[in-house]
Amino acid sequence: MTENYDVVIVGGGIVGAACAAELNGARLRILVIDAGKVGCGTTGASMGHIVVMDDSEALLNLTAFSRELWLRLAKDSASACEYLPCGTLWVAADAEEMDVVYQKAKNYEEHDIAVEVLDHKSLYQYEPNLAQGLAGGLRVAGDCVIYPPNCAALLLQGIEVRENCNVCQISDNLVSLENGSEIRAEFIVNAAGAAAPKLTAELPVEPRKGHLVITARYPGFCQHQIIELGYLKSVQKMEKESVAFNIQPRPSGQYLIGSSREFAGWDDSINRNLVNRMLTRACDYMPALKEMLAIRTWFGYRPATRDKLPIIGSWPNVKGLYIAAGHEGLGITTSLGTACLLAAEILGQSPPIDPAPYRPSRLFRENR
Amino acid sequence: MMKKITVKVNDKSVVVPEGVTVAAAVYMAGETAFRKSVSGQLRSPVCGMGICYECRVQIDNQPHQLACRQLCREGMEIRTL
Repeated sequence: MTENYDVVIVGGGIVGAACAAELNGARLRILVIDAGKVGCGTTGASMGHIVVMDDSEALLNLTAFSRELWLRLAKDSASACEYLPCGTLWVAADAEEMDVVYQKAKNYEEHDIAVEVLDHKSLYQYEPNLAQGLAGGLRVAGDCVIYPPNCAALLLQGIEVRENCNVCQISDNLVSLENGSEIRAEFIVNAAGAAAPKLTAELPVEPRKGHLVITARYPGFCQHQIIELGYLKSVQKMEKESVAFNIQPRPSGQYLIGSSREFAGWDDSINRNLVNRMLTRACDYMPALKEMLAIRTWFGYRPATRDKLPIIGSWPNVKGLYIAAGHEGLGITTSLGTACLLAAEILGQSPPIDPAPYRPSRLFRENR
Repeated sequence: MMKKITVKVNDKSVVVPEGVTVAAAVYMAGETAFRKSVSGQLRSPVCGMGICYECRVQIDNQPHQLACRQLCREGMEIRTL
């Protein structure tokens, strides 16, 4: 049996959902397919931190543009998104990390992102439960927190979705399902996250596993999403395992504690040693966490790329195929910007920001 | 004769035999709801042995203590919900 759609999006995580929502206004017949339940893969395992990152010009442009879109969406649907305008507080442990604070402040200000450099004293005024002896930090007040699975569901409202449906192959304008049936489509979007290479060979995306812990409710313990500046080193280092302190307040008064990064393939067990290191790191930065009750631990697979940028745009060699994958740990933030870029390309409209740094073609240039 | 100790449950003094759990003291004080779920449902102990975490109360200003897994001490201040 062969069905026909204008657009088939493979993957109902936040990226696929955002792409569907963005294309939905264009009178196209859209189908979203998910191997499990929508929003329950990496999206459901993630923190939902909407954050501007300055690792590179391209990442700054995409995250800043995406944050604007999130703030607009969250304003209209604050309770559905579980929107919490808590901002980000980057913590500098010592003078060396304070130099990073000044550099970051400069990068952000050049892109009109409002920031506040914090000295030792003002850091503790904002977050008195931080460990003593830290040098200062950078407060990015416009960053926020949302609840990703709810946002994926919100974006998919009014869109045809097929769950528990396994795609086994994507070829020229054709999606083949495991049950033997086929779907013909003018546009196919591979938004399958860390699983995207299973359907598009040679797509350089690798699962980078991460654990999270959630506490019981302790309202008022911290006000910001707090991240150690060493986090940036943890992301950049391509070593097998790394941890960095990252805590997020939830509207319920609970706290999500991260973060770990690990190249362990599709390993599906809790790495207790790594979780231990992660929590020890968190307690170094906030000693009162030691007295708190953790109620659950889980993990997800970030879709990592070598150059730390997502892959967005048409894929050579397969007719009608577009990629929206490889967002590593920033997919919640960058999903909305990704969707705008992808929709602009599909619909032949002018892109809102320069799409070149994210195009698949860059991957082939590198190889030559 | 069994020794008696006095604890406070939600500011109300209760005299209990030594060796009883905090959960027992909460019931002896006439309370049946120990905590509230995220959505506001009232909860009380299910397993009685530290697995279900439904017995959580505040003890001496420490939140989320397991009432089934702690024995009463003289002067203990217990708070439910």
